Amino acid sequence: MREYIRKYFALRKHNFQVAVKKAKRSKMCYAFLAPYAIIFTAFYILPVITSIFFSFTYYNILETPRFIGIDNYMSLILEDDIFLTGVKNTFMIAIITGPLGYIMSFLFAWLINELPRWLRTIAIVVFYAPSIAGNCYVIFSIFFKGDVYGHVNALLIEMGLINTPIMWFIDPKYMLPICMIVILWMSLGAGFLAFVAALQGIDRAQYEAGYVDGIKNRWQELWFITLPNMKPMLLFGAVMTITQSFGVCDVTMALCGYPSTDYAARTIVTHLFDYGFSRFEMGYASAIATVLFLVMILCNKAIQSMLRRVGT
Amino acid sequence: MSKKIKTEKAYKPKAKILKKRKPNRSRIGDLFIYFFLLCVAFIMLFPIIYAVSSALKPLDELFMFPPKILPQNPTTDNFSDLFVTMGKSWVTFTRYIWNTVFMTFVGTAGHLIIASMGAFVLAKYEFPGSQTFFKLVTTALMFSGYVTQIPSYLILNKLGWIDTYWSLIVPAFAFPMGFFLMKQYMEGLPMSLVEAAKIDGANEWRVFMTIVMPNVKPAWLTMIIYSVQNLWNQRASMYIYSEEKKTLVYALQQVQSGGVARAGQASAVTVVVMIVPIIIFILSESQILETMASSGLKD
Repeated sequence: MREYIRKYFALRKHNFQVAVKKAKRSKMCYAFLAPYAIIFTAFYILPVITSIFFSFTYYNILETPRFIGIDNYMSLILEDDIFLTGVKNTFMIAIITGPLGYIMSFLFAWLINELPRWLRTIAIVVFYAPSIAGNCYVIFSIFFKGDVYGHVNALLIEMGLINTPIMWFIDPKYMLPICMIVILWMSLGAGFLAFVAALQGIDRAQYEAGYVDGIKNRWQELWFITLPNMKPMLLFGAVMTITQSFGVCDVTMALCGYPSTDYAARTIVTHLFDYGFSRFEMGYASAIATVLFLVMILCNKAIQSMLRRVGT
Repeated sequence: MSKKIKTEKAYKPKAKILKKRKPNRSRIGDLFIYFFLLCVAFIMLFPIIYAVSSALKPLDELFMFPPKILPQNPTTDNFSDLFVTMGKSWVTFTRYIWNTVFMTFVGTAGHLIIASMGAFVLAKYEFPGSQTFFKLVTTALMFSGYVTQIPSYLILNKLGWIDTYWSLIVPAFAFPMGFFLMKQYMEGLPMSLVEAAKIDGANEWRVFMTIVMPNVKPAWLTMIIYSVQNLWNQRASMYIYSEEKKTLVYALQQVQSGGVARAGQASAVTVVVMIVPIIIFILSESQILETMASSGLKD
């Protein structure tokens, strides 16, 4: 046993020395990477670490942080009903809009792939525009306005389905479904572009080989040739979708108000803003951020290991 | 690139037939798909068209019953009113424009240089820690900026950058999406180019500036798009307090929350804010798609 440990450390030492030697030889590489690495560490890695650290403390910016163990997490889960509403809403939105948006991105990328070139260029702009149109989604608040001047209410009244206008963004019954529609409308983002690019990059010879080998319809072609060829893009698109769907807050804040009636449209991120930037309870807010971080990372890992099995 | 040309040449007689119709497609299915796409395209475009049309409506048409989708007498009053309102604000309107343009420009330029320098060595050289660092960047893609917003505030506070332009510009330098796309695109660059230049006596910096950068133009444009989109829509309400440093989007949103009397101007604001990223995208679409072709996440 002792022999084994000694050997293990000798190996470790040797590897380390080799690494140091290599590192010395590639000083130039480090010099090139340094500016990015420093800023990246300062604004992406360090924040995650500090947020985990502060989540175990009581910290309100004015006083020095006081260590309180896991009290923040305990009160998040056991006492904070509004947080639980936020978690429920976020998961509802993520579970419905995430997979649907992902499938939509792929479906439309796949369908427009066979259009003639000029038509495809236009189609990409049309489908991609909503996701880059800034805060164009506020237009939905005119559309679903709570009085008779809103289009949806006017239409429903004229058809005789309702007598009084529905308060779309004040009635908790309608808030989330409408937000989901808006999010779906904006869901063809970076993943969609990656899919379009991937579909065009697939070697045509593979399809021809497929015809010879007796692939009958477009579904077989999709499963046996197209999907396995674009696996890396599928992973990239999944990462983008998951990150987006758990970070929902802009749409709900703009449409349903902040805070919304009965907190019915609260998400994890809005809860985070509330405690971080309105009440300045940084410790508590850090606990929320840590929970969100863990959820996003775990979800990504799970989905990735699932997607690796596609087409095999 | 060269591989593609070869295969197309070799299959030329067949390719002509295949280009017209793939043999395993049914005509009804194709028609159905075209129809479906047309419907969806209409749904996607509708809110945008509606935004533009309501920006062109005079105020009395905005509150008409039953509401109409297209304006009856289109005017540009809303846009000119918007300029009048903004002219009356405490800080002159041009100041907001300058703030946004300055931050977008400096942030994007810095991001472009710093991130491509890092991406170049990660893509082309092997050194201890390179794999780990790239893994960290891909992990950073997996959580959105909201997670780090509060600690970032504390860090910026320590640095004394709260309420300065730097609080937005410097974090934008490290935007992981641009770095990731640039690195993946540079992987496709042949190493022989770099080596040839080195044999001819160019140092690393020269190689980077004269050989590598001109060859990855599509990736630049993509980086620029994402960075501009990110900075242009920045409200900056968390990190910047003083009115004369606020961004254009923030100022415009103040107009938007002005209630009924400003409903027309609010739609004009929406159009102004959304038009810039869309135009940039239309102009650089083909380059972006070329970059996206290498965006895959390998294990």
